[in-house]
Amino acid sequence: MSTLVALARAQAFAAGRAQPIATVRHLHVHDEPMVLIPLAMAGEANAPLAAMIGTSVSAPRLLVVSQPRNRDERFAFTAALAEELLPYLESFATETEAVPVDRGRDVRHRYVDAPQVWVPNPGGADFLRLLGRSTRFRRTDGDHPVPPVVPLLGQWLTFLASAAEMPGSALLANAVQALGMHWATGQSAAEDAQFGSLYAWITAGAAAAREAERGPVAGPATDPEFDNKVLAPLITASSPDLPEVIRDLLTPTWERMWHSLDLLRSLPAGARVATRWDSDRDTYSAFVEHLAEDGAPQPRRDGAVAAASRLQRLENAAARYAVQRAFDDPLVMAEYRLTGAAFGGVVTLANPDRVDDSGKRPVLRPRIMVATTEPVRVEAGASLTSPARPSQKAKVISVTPTADGCDVLLELSGGMGRKLVAEPGSVPAVGERILLTTLSEAYRPGAAFPDPAETPWTHGGPPVTSA
Amino acid sequence: MSRVDQLRGPAPRKRHNARTIAALTGNPGCTRRAVLDAAGVDKPKLAETIGFPGSFGQSRFALARGNAFEAMLKADDCALLRSVLAEAGSTPVSDSFVFGGSYEDLGEDSDDTLDARHARTREALAAGDIGLLDHPLLTLSVAGQTVYLEPDLIAAQRGDMLQVVEIKSFAIVDGQADSAAVSSAAVQAAVYVLALRRLLGDDRVSHEVVLVCPENFSLQPVAVVLDVRKQLSTLRRQLSRLASVSSLIDALPPGVTFDVAQPVPALLASLAAVDARYAPECLSACELSVYCRHEATGSTAALGRPVRDALGGVATVDEALGLAAGTVLPTPEQTEAAALLAAAARLRNEALSR
Repeated sequence: MSTLVALARAQAFAAGRAQPIATVRHLHVHDEPMVLIPLAMAGEANAPLAAMIGTSVSAPRLLVVSQPRNRDERFAFTAALAEELLPYLESFATETEAVPVDRGRDVRHRYVDAPQVWVPNPGGADFLRLLGRSTRFRRTDGDHPVPPVVPLLGQWLTFLASAAEMPGSALLANAVQALGMHWATGQSAAEDAQFGSLYAWITAGAAAAREAERGPVAGPATDPEFDNKVLAPLITASSPDLPEVIRDLLTPTWERMWHSLDLLRSLPAGARVATRWDSDRDTYSAFVEHLAEDGAPQPRRDGAVAAASRLQRLENAAARYAVQRAFDDPLVMAEYRLTGAAFGGVVTLANPDRVDDSGKRPVLRPRIMVATTEPVRVEAGASLTSPARPSQKAKVISVTPTADGCDVLLELSGGMGRKLVAEPGSVPAVGERILLTTLSEAYRPGAAFPDPAETPWTHGGPPVTSA
Repeated sequence: MSRVDQLRGPAPRKRHNARTIAALTGNPGCTRRAVLDAAGVDKPKLAETIGFPGSFGQSRFALARGNAFEAMLKADDCALLRSVLAEAGSTPVSDSFVFGGSYEDLGEDSDDTLDARHARTREALAAGDIGLLDHPLLTLSVAGQTVYLEPDLIAAQRGDMLQVVEIKSFAIVDGQADSAAVSSAAVQAAVYVLALRRLLGDDRVSHEVVLVCPENFSLQPVAVVLDVRKQLSTLRRQLSRLASVSSLIDALPPGVTFDVAQPVPALLASLAAVDARYAPECLSACELSVYCRHEATGSTAALGRPVRDALGGVATVDEALGLAAGTVLPTPEQTEAAALLAAAARLRNEALSR
């Protein structure tokens, strides 16, 4: 937790209302999202009890398993869920656009939009992951055949759940995380994990949040008291009232989910949100293609090489996401300023036409002096970036302490056009307020991994191919 | 009547179990929990009486499934359990189990025969030829009090070593399980290992415990071996710190009582006499947590440990905001925190006022 977010929590507590911790929205919110609230049966490993699902607040569809321990009913539920979810997920695989690759020498195609599924909390996403695991290997023939949509749904759910692990992806979003990224409440993170309570802090304040703690739950786990006093008698009696009871239980969460989306939409989107959604569309396009071509279900566990490369992709995505959020949002950047990884100052001297001709050919290398009163934890030689000019690098030449801070001398390169004279406005002018940071959006190349057949013995050796 | 019995009043004593001991070690700095548990006070009842009930029920469905799983494993002289344990022994990761010993059920019985059952457990263990021992009863000294522990089923004899077997009903899917469930099972098993070691000596009880859970989405059991050395050392350290609870209890003012028949103001005054150390994690572990949360309102600790640390360890929200705004003068040890908070407040205001 950064001190800035902690301070916002303290302020929220004192004010009795949630406080903003972001000035822009860091997440793509779809115009036509699908909301899904799964509910699980206690005790069982991933036995669905019910789900409320739909693409409009006014038209929820409720799916209920009246005898959750009956496996036929379970698969009937999964098939019904597939009927709702699959047409939505597949509906974006229509129109494509061409994207230049390899510096414009080639193009590839991707779909112009992708689906977005919302669940209330990380537990909901986890439930879908397990539901995907339990259905994607089901056979459509043999002893216990299931409808073909069941394994297909399993593959889609696995795809969504694995996309949700990628920092910055918005294909499968959860409301607790999305709200918590933009608002700080005056309670602990453990209490924020309860969607109803977090939502109440943001919309109505502290007292309402305490009230909301008493329920109803946002799933997927049910309240033990509800299980014992309400659910158990209804299931034992095979009561026809069960769907209505579940509907009453889920409706408050359903409405809060849609209102949460409106709340998020009311924030302006960060500048780099669209590029992250572009990569989500890439991921979606690739998966649709995989289903059309090969269609093999995702493996139970990644092999050593696949796991290592996935881990690296996740790490890169996390680092990129953190940098992008800071560049998009001064309030996030403020966290880096507090720790000295970024500082703001005023340009006091500028030599925009400076040319370095010591090399083979002369290059444009303007220098500027920035005076700051903030802590500066960089040394000569460090490379800095300014969010206002992300393609420009600023190399630290010297840091000189002054009476109330320090003067930082910087040499600029890039982002000034191709000529030996800088394009107007591309070099910060004297008097301009400027922010500089050690964070960089520079491309991180992926590491080289061996071919799976070359997996070293330290990692279990080459995988044994099963027949 | 001893001082602890006075504290509790006429209500029957609530027994410690592996779960409460594990919870104790989860927040060892909390004197209130240590005292109430040592005195065997009915915490759910107490919380309800003073108007801060928590919800710590267990779902019937979860209980039923857990019982069904255990019954299935133990049916026919633990036939299924033996085969699962043997299977786990055959994997290269753990040493092989040696089975063939007999199976003995020491029976479940009421509170008044605890000593007898414990004696039978000791006898069976001393005899040393037991393969599986069901419903054993162990003792462990916690804060100067003898606590009875009932492992689901214990000890499989492995060569010369005893091993604790824990049966849990959460699923292991593709070799992975819910990490919170696994870690609490490991702490619980460590409590049993410690109790066995105190009885038989360290070298006779393995630090590896066997966890038996349903595999994937079926009721098919699978056994995995957990190394609980880390949990054991934590447990030993925490239990030694708890040792002083008796002297704490003796030092309490004479009027302190947690007898739920007493009027609420007296109970609240008694609670105030025993310090709590509330943390948000208590909400999922302690029945009294809702009251302690209420009491801790306004402290930075109530917002969670990471928040408190990020606020420079300042104790209350008001103080932190005052230091940030410059309206409160920092004490010498707060100067660093005050500078950080003031800088944070300045940056936050600047970013929000654009």
